[in-house]
Amino acid sequence: MLLYIDRHLVNEVTSPQAFEGLRLAGRSVRRPGGTIAVADHNVPTENRDRPIEDPASRNQVETLERNVAEFGVPYVPLRSRLQGIVHVIGPEMGMTLPGMTVVCGDSHTSTHGAFGALAFGIGTSEVEHVLATQTLIQKPAKNMLVRVEGKLGAGVAGKDLVLAIIGQLGTAGATGYVIEYAGEAITALDMAGRMTVCNMSIEAGARAGLIAPDDKTFDWIEGRPLAPKGEDFAAAKVMWRELASDAGASFDRIVEIDAATIEPMVTWGTSPEAVVSIHGSAPTLDQVPEGRRAETNHMLDYMGLTPGQALLGLPIDVVFIGSCTNSRIEDLRAAARIVEGRKVAPGVRALVVPGSGAIKVQAEQEGLATLFVDAGFEWREAGCSMCLGMNPDQLKPGQRCASTSNRNFEGRQGPSGRTHLMSPAMAAAAAVNGRIVDSRGLA
Amino acid sequence: MQSFSCLTGVAAALPLVNIDTDKILAGQFLKTTSRAGLGVHLFHAMRYAADGSDRSDFVLNRDPWRGASILIAGPNFGCGSSREHAPWALLDFGIRCIIAPSFADIFYNNCFKNGILPVLLGAEAMQILIAAAETAGSAAMTVDLPAQTVTLASGAVFHFDVDPDRKRGLLEGRDEIGQSLMAIDAIRVWEAATGDRWGRDIVASDLVDQDLR
Ligand code: SF4
Repeated sequence: MLLYIDRHLVNEVTSPQAFEGLRLAGRSVRRPGGTIAVADHNVPTENRDRPIEDPASRNQVETLERNVAEFGVPYVPLRSRLQGIVHVIGPEMGMTLPGMTVVCGDSHTSTHGAFGALAFGIGTSEVEHVLATQTLIQKPAKNMLVRVEGKLGAGVAGKDLVLAIIGQLGTAGATGYVIEYAGEAITALDMAGRMTVCNMSIEAGARAGLIAPDDKTFDWIEGRPLAPKGEDFAAAKVMWRELASDAGASFDRIVEIDAATIEPMVTWGTSPEAVVSIHGSAPTLDQVPEGRRAETNHMLDYMGLTPGQALLGLPIDVVFIGSCTNSRIEDLRAAARIVEGRKVAPGVRALVVPGSGAIKVQAEQEGLATLFVDAGFEWREAGCSMCLGMNPDQLKPGQRCASTSNRNFEGRQGPSGRTHLMSPAMAAAAAVNGRIVDSRGLA
Repeated sequence: MQSFSCLTGVAAALPLVNIDTDKILAGQFLKTTSRAGLGVHLFHAMRYAADGSDRSDFVLNRDPWRGASILIAGPNFGCGSSREHAPWALLDFGIRCIIAPSFADIFYNNCFKNGILPVLLGAEAMQILIAAAETAGSAAMTVDLPAQTVTLASGAVFHFDVDPDRKRGLLEGRDEIGQSLMAIDAIRVWEAATGDRWGRDIVASDLVDQDLR
């Protein structure tokens, strides 16, 4: 069946071949007004007033600029205050609204599900398909309900919750499903926390994750530049309220999680499912099924860990606070609370990369930037940065990083780099201690 | 798109779990604006030593697998990033068919858009295929899409399922965009009926007003 796409987000990495395809076929963009383009993956996070140094990155950004001009697609310029990571700026501008279909040539498009939108990542051929037709050929997915009852403990964040969910489901546990997150602990999350949870749905294999919109959602949206205004907003709210699943709706699979049991989480391996609580350890080989021992051994070796090694106290070299998972103002506040009155440990390189120019400005106004800089953090311009290391922000081989991003794959943050995924508070605590610690002891 | 019907070729076994698209085509090679030429970067970290030389322990660096057109992969192949650069790199290397016990969704979908056939087989069949592919003398196999079978040199035949519509698309080498555009009237009717119910159209001035921070 053909699914109509309300919002299409375009970035510089996965779109050049799609625009080229349109050009070769003599096709145009069907609905430029439902499309928004921004460069985020490749962009340098310092010295924005200079041309991009890396010629290949510069070419990709300039190619995007030429393509949006030729095809009439709305574009957020690199030097605009609105520029940022595509999944951060979409909601921020009020472009993502409940009930919409949202796609982007990027797997973390699932982020937008936090608003009760059906949002998922697509490949470049599909980017071209959406540009040309404003539709996608789709088959219905299966539904999974992840119900998280109870309350998260103090100092336990949305990131910890989603890492715990991925640990339970496994990286392929939700393949073929759309996840709906529900329950007391989910509704208690603020919108930033909900975005963090939906963002990492893909790390459990689900293409999309969503949360029923409620008053918190509507309040967050109201007043955003592209959101409906006045009477239109009131009318939209009535419509949006009807989007929630019916009580007793049937699901192909239901997973129950008790929020109270979740502690701050840290990954030890090179897959997001390789995760334990801060007081846990890397597995010993007899703890894993025989068929997975070789893989476990390989992960431990890559990460420079011994079987059964505790994560608490592990020395780190780099701290990265950023990415579409955890670069919103709430994330920066959580990190700043830990950093306040402390210094980055000697020998540790620590970066804060806000998700958007608007967040950067807000953090500066709130005094967070000064706090980070005084503590010894690098304070950067918005972009994907060290989440995937396409720009100069990369790990050196063997460096160990406490990161708020979403993927700990081999080489993800730089060739042979070692990534431990965690929450902003945990990453900040690692920065000031020079090792992985329980952030709850510092708050 | 290249069509796919019947393929006989060498199969290479890479039966590792969770081979993500970063491993297939690392982030450092994403800065291209073309689909072509990515084959040399395929599986970069596994395939090349630090000095750039071939790692002899990697299957695609050894004969006859250097010329493989079929990949026998492990569970959850293609997880992670949506980058279509991963199937482009596989295709550019010469891989036209990937056989695995499970695939990640986006990757699976991307294969069909590029004339690559992803085949799902059960654990038992996978064991036999891996064993066959690991031995040079028995590594050649035939994948027949119309018949939905994989045939080994030993004569063993394995049947696989594939969505009929996707099968037809591959057999025809279909232009999906052209096909969807034939429904343009229905798309227009939908747009007219929903109007800007889901929010108004974005115009360039929404984005440049706040230029130059
Ligand atoms: S921040 Fe990371 S995960 Fe998010 S869009 Fe950028 S590269 Fe992808």
